[in-house]
Parts: sequence; C-alpha cells; structure tokens
Amino acid sequence: MALKRKIAYIDLSIGEVKTAPIPIEMRKLYLGGRGLDMYLLYNHLEPGVDPLGPDNVLTVSAGLLVGTLASASARTHLGARSPLTGFIGSSNMGGFFAPELRWAGFDHLVIKGKADGPVYLCIHDGEIEVRDASELWGEDIPTTQELIKEELGDPEVKALCIGVAGENLVRFANVMTGMKNAAGRTGMGAVMGSKNLKAIAVRGTMDLEIRFPEEALEYNDKLLEHIGSTKFAQIMQKWGTMFIYGVTNTTGLVRNRNFQLNQQVGGNIECEHIEEYSLGTEGCYGCIIHCRHKYLIKEGPYAGTYGEGPEYTSQGAFGMEVGCNNFETILVGNHLVNKYGLDTLEVGSMIAWAMELYEKGILTDADTDGLKLEWGNDEAVLEMVKRIAQRKGLGDILAEGPLRAAERIGQDSLKYNIHVKGMSNLHSDERPTPSLALGIATSSRGADHLRSRPAIDLYHLPEHVLRRIYGGPKPYDGPLSSDYTSYVGKARMVQWQEMMYEAIDCVGVCKYHTIFLSPNLIAFDELSKLIYYNTGLEFTPQEIWEIADRAYTVERLFNIREGLTRADDWLPDRYFDEPTPIGLPIARGKSIDREKFKQMIDEYYELHGWDEDGVPRPETLKKLGLDGEPSHML
Amino acid sequence: MERILVVDHEKCTGCRLCEMVCSVKHTGVNNPTRSRIHVIKWPLEGFELPMLCMQCEDAPCIAVCPKDALSRDPVLGRVVLNYDLCIGCKMCVMACPFGGMGIDIVARQVIKCDLCDGDPTCVRFCHPGALQFVPASSVNLIKKRDAGLKLSEVMKKAFAAR
Repeated sequence: MALKRKIAYIDLSIGEVKTAPIPIEMRKLYLGGRGLDMYLLYNHLEPGVDPLGPDNVLTVSAGLLVGTLASASARTHLGARSPLTGFIGSSNMGGFFAPELRWAGFDHLVIKGKADGPVYLCIHDGEIEVRDASELWGEDIPTTQELIKEELGDPEVKALCIGVAGENLVRFANVMTGMKNAAGRTGMGAVMGSKNLKAIAVRGTMDLEIRFPEEALEYNDKLLEHIGSTKFAQIMQKWGTMFIYGVTNTTGLVRNRNFQLNQQVGGNIECEHIEEYSLGTEGCYGCIIHCRHKYLIKEGPYAGTYGEGPEYTSQGAFGMEVGCNNFETILVGNHLVNKYGLDTLEVGSMIAWAMELYEKGILTDADTDGLKLEWGNDEAVLEMVKRIAQRKGLGDILAEGPLRAAERIGQDSLKYNIHVKGMSNLHSDERPTPSLALGIATSSRGADHLRSRPAIDLYHLPEHVLRRIYGGPKPYDGPLSSDYTSYVGKARMVQWQEMMYEAIDCVGVCKYHTIFLSPNLIAFDELSKLIYYNTGLEFTPQEIWEIADRAYTVERLFNIREGLTRADDWLPDRYFDEPTPIGLPIARGKSIDREKFKQMIDEYYELHGWDEDGVPRPETLKKLGLDGEPSHML
Repeated sequence: MERILVVDHEKCTGCRLCEMVCSVKHTGVNNPTRSRIHVIKWPLEGFELPMLCMQCEDAPCIAVCPKDALSRDPVLGRVVLNYDLCIGCKMCVMACPFGGMGIDIVARQVIKCDLCDGDPTCVRFCHPGALQFVPASSVNLIKKRDAGLKLSEVMKKAFAAR
C-alpha cells in the first residue's frame, strides 16, 4: 500500500544499493516528500561539504499522496546542499515521474558518492540498477528521455534527467522530466552532474493501495468540482500562469530592465499571444487545471520549435527583466532553457543583471566577446542562454550564480543583483508589497515565491476572509490587514503560507490547488481528509500544521548549521534605497522601510518561536521533538 | 437508451486521471496496468489519445472466445465478459485490434471496459470533456454541431462582409 513504499540508499562511488522500509513513526513526524527529504538531508549530510563534491547527498522523493486521489498528486521533490547558495537545496516538479516511482515501489532515494563515469539509474518494480550513460552524456532533455525509452524498450518509462547545463555544473542547472516539468531552483541539476548521474528512469507495475477507495473517489469528485468551479482554475486552464502578467504589469509589480523599472511600458507580451502558437493544453498527473500550453512556432527563423509552457516566470526572464517585448523570444527562450536544463528564473535574472552592468560600463564588449547586451536585444539574450549552458566566455562567469559571478566581475557589481542568500529573485518587484518582500527575504532556499508568498494579499480581501484563512489551524488573533502596502499582520500571512506550502510539498500535491493564487482552494482541513481517505492516517488540521512546522524548522536548522545568520534574511539595498519609479499610484514611489522591515522580521521570528537571531529556541525544538536531531532514524 | 463512450483527442490534456479512477473503481488500488483505459502519448509532438474498448458490433473478441464468455449486451451497448465462463486463454487479447482487452497481472484475469454498468467513472472525472458518454442515436449530431459552429463563424464573417 501507499505506506509500504520504501527508501533506497544508493552509493554511486561503489555501486551499492540498500533498501529499507519507512517506519510509520517517520510518516507521523514528516509525512513524506519534502518534509522527509529535509530530515534525511539533515541526518545524512556532514556540515560544510562541497555541494559539487562526492560528499553531497541528493534526495529524490514522491510525496505521501502522490498517485492517490488527491488531485494533481504528481510532485517529485529533490534536495541536496545547494551549489548556488550553500544552504538548503530543495526543488520540486510535476509531470509523471513521481507516481511511476511509487508504482516501482519507492518513495525516497538517497543518492551519495560519485560514479566513475556517466551513469543513470534504472528502477523497476523494487529493483534498482546502475547503468552506463556514456551514450546519453551531452544530449538535451527531451532526447535523453527518448533515448532511455528506446534503450529500455518501453515507451512508458518515465525519466528525470539533466541537460548540458547540469553536466557543465552550471550552479542553477535544473532537473527535468517530460518536455517542461522542471525542478528549477537551487541547482539540483548541477548536483546530479557532479555525481555523473545523467538520469533516473522508472517503470512500475505495483499496486498503490487507496485506504478507502469509494470514499476517496467520492471526496475527490466533489473536490474537483469545487476546484474546477473557481475563477482561478478556469483562467489557468485557458492561459496558464501567463495570465498574471496582465495584473502585475499594469499595476507596476514587475522587474523591468533588471530592477530599474517596475513596469514594462508598452509591454505587448500578454497571455493571449499564445493562441497563435498553441496546440492545446497539457496537465500533470491527475490534474484538471492543465496549466501549460503545447506550442509550435510555425514560421520564421525559429519555425519548428516545439515546447510546453511558457510560464509567467519565462515571460519575466525573456520579456520584462531583459527589456524584450517580443512574445516569440519568450517561446524560444523557454524552449532553450528546457532543452539545456536551466532554471528559467535564474537565467533571466542573471542576464538582466549582466545587461545593467553592461549599461553601466562595468561589463564591456571585451567581457561579452562583442555581444551587445543591450535592453531588448532579443538575439543577444538567447545567445547568452546558450553561453551560460555551455559555460562559454561571460556565460562561464554567469553560470556561477550571483555571489561567485559578482566576485569575479568585481567593482560594485553585486549591489545591482537582485538576490537573497545567493539565489536570484524571480521577475517580481516587491517594493510596494511588504508581505511579498518578507517572503523572499526569509525563504529557506533564497529569494523565491514558492516557499511562502501570500499572493492573495494582492486581492485586498476583506478582513473577515483573511481571518477565516489566516486565523487557523494554529490559532492567531493578532492583527491582519487588507491593505497590501501595509506591514501589519503580514508576518502571520507569510508564516501561514510557509506552513501550507511545506505541507503540500510533503504530500506531493501541486500548490495551484491550494490557497496560493486563489483564496477559495484547499488548505489544512481538506488535506486532513485527503490524507485520511487515501492512506488511513489520521491527522487534525493543526497536527498537519505542526508537521509542516517541524519540517520547516529542520530546514532552518540545516541553514544555521551551514552558517546562516539573521543578516541572510534580508533584501538587497535597492529595495530600501530606490523607490519604484512608475506604475499605478498604489505601486509608485514605494520602497521598503528598513525599520518596519526589521520589526516584521522580529514578528516573524517570534511567530516561529525563534530568537532575535533567527535561531529556534530550545523550547521550540523540544515542542517539535527536534531537540535530539540529528537522530539517525533513517 | 444506448450510449456510446466517445473520445475527443483535441480536448485530452494527458493527465491520466481516467486511468487512475478506472483502476481505483475496479480494483480499489491505483495501478495503471490494471486500468481499462490508457492515454497513449507522443510527447515530442504534444499528441495524446485515450484508448479503450470500442464495444464493437461485430467484435473479434467475441468471435474468438472458445468458451462464449464474451457477448454483446444490447441494453447498454457493450461487450460483456462473463468471468464464470472465462478460462483466461487470452485469445481475445490477441484478437482485439485496439488493445481494448487487457490482462490484470495481479488478479490473473482478462479485463475490459464495462462502461461501469452505465455510468463510466472516467467520463465523470474527465473535466476537459475528452471522454463523453452520449446517446448512440445522436453521436454524430454532436460532432456536426461542433463542426458546424466553426463553419458558421466563417460563414457569418463572409455574410457580414457582403
């Protein structure tokens, strides 16, 4: 049954594979997925290891509800010490890999060591084999997966893999499955590359038991009706995340020309353009939201380019951030990052940064080998993507990520980079929105919107609605504000979303089904029922919150062990010193107030039971049962 | 009223929820190899097509069955399998031109779509509407209406331009 899935320990240095059951006690503490991965990393990693050395540990997992009737129960999570930040590496993706991993008998893989030459793992119904991947090395993401299917003689094989970027140890290389599903953030692809691990192929035919099948079917039926009835789902089904651009760009909440403007004036890259290229939409396993388009460029210099997406983040990377105003550039850029295996957010951010440095004369033609890194130079942007993946010229420097690249470029280059903890922010501008700013500053994996972003803050929801959402399941009776420019009560919203996203990552369900971009979607109450009907495990909503709290605190402990201090939960100076120049009145002339931001962080730490340095207090650790970690139970 | 389960590949998003609910409904577990329906994909071209028993009028599976375990159910318009007669010889699996007859490797028996006795679970869960259970008498009228809609738009434009 679902709870019988095993954990496998794989040492690539000696080719050894060991498997073990996952005790029910561990499920009760961490559920699975990201939560259990965090426990495994904290227990199996020595502090201070080289993230690109053989001592780093890579975890790959399927969440507790993956493959069950939980709606979009498709997520694969990957973790390691991040080669980009040096802190926790953690990233997840949809697609069809995770359910297949469960049908093949496993929930967690713990991969250690380094293979002598290129290898891939082949997992089939409880068996794990290390296979030669010499023929696959150098191949792009889609080709690698097709070649594996051919070699194994089974078109139903699902694989995750790295592209050329991961092989070249680009510190923000991603891991992908299918055409577009990507575990993009924190450089997990570089970790795979450093281990000479090109791919993991899975095929399973084992039963995944549903504890109460009839009830699970009925509950899922009702839940899907509800999800499908929300405005959010209906818009996503049509446009995917690209719909967000219309709102955020109009308001002035995006990064344009790196961080110089907060709106793309005259921007013409709205989601509607996709109609010209779309072949329909595509869903991940068991998902009715099917948020990505299948697109084909039919004519022009890029005729024949086929891809899936693009996401809002690629609109940023190949649109607003780099000052490009051509929808086709976004499609081609998206295609390239998905071919080479690069994190689209980091790529766009790094190129936009380099363009501002070029504008300011910090980078010159000598540094770019003559490439004119000027705003809106579409060809230069696309060329730069290739150079980063291939580590050519300036691309080799940018491939190192914000901190190392700034060190090599020198001067005051770092102050223009929009990053937290050494990971670039996406293309959103949080100066008018303190809650979103707090989220990226405190996120455990660096600047990011998928760790804790209270995106519904942008809707100015009435206070009683905010109270209904943010007042529980762990009781909160402090202030909440409907005004997104306010600092009041936002720490709670960030903490609540942090717990929600952690919980949903533990079970392997997509965030688009939770309270993320819609206040009407599922949260802790529904999660409690889904877990019960599908696995038989009984948790109250508050108990799920506690599990999420435990897992998030382990991430905090991991980061502290790697040297994190309060200073790392902070924003680049530009957020405080440069007010937003344009946008609607609500977003114009806004900057973050240092003093108020400090108070927000104090409030946020207090809600977590962390001291003023951001370190969990002994009583907090005791309450969460973390006072004996690492406990080496798995 | 006899109904037909029709597939509109243009609406399929490839999510495989149909496989999941089919498997859970019939076996209580999620195992796509035990599902009666499968979404076949061509990932490099973005094409997907759900495949299942077509409930043939002149069914090869019925013709080859040596024990008469397969027969037509005229009320629900389906081919039914009587497990009391089936010997598991798998002749039907070989004869079916669509892969509509499968083998449940756990239960050790031949399986096929039974239209969930008139309320197909896969149809109920297919939100994009790629799977539909429609009256046999008007199946082509639905297609005609869809095609006519596209045609009417062109004709209306031409009419307006006159």
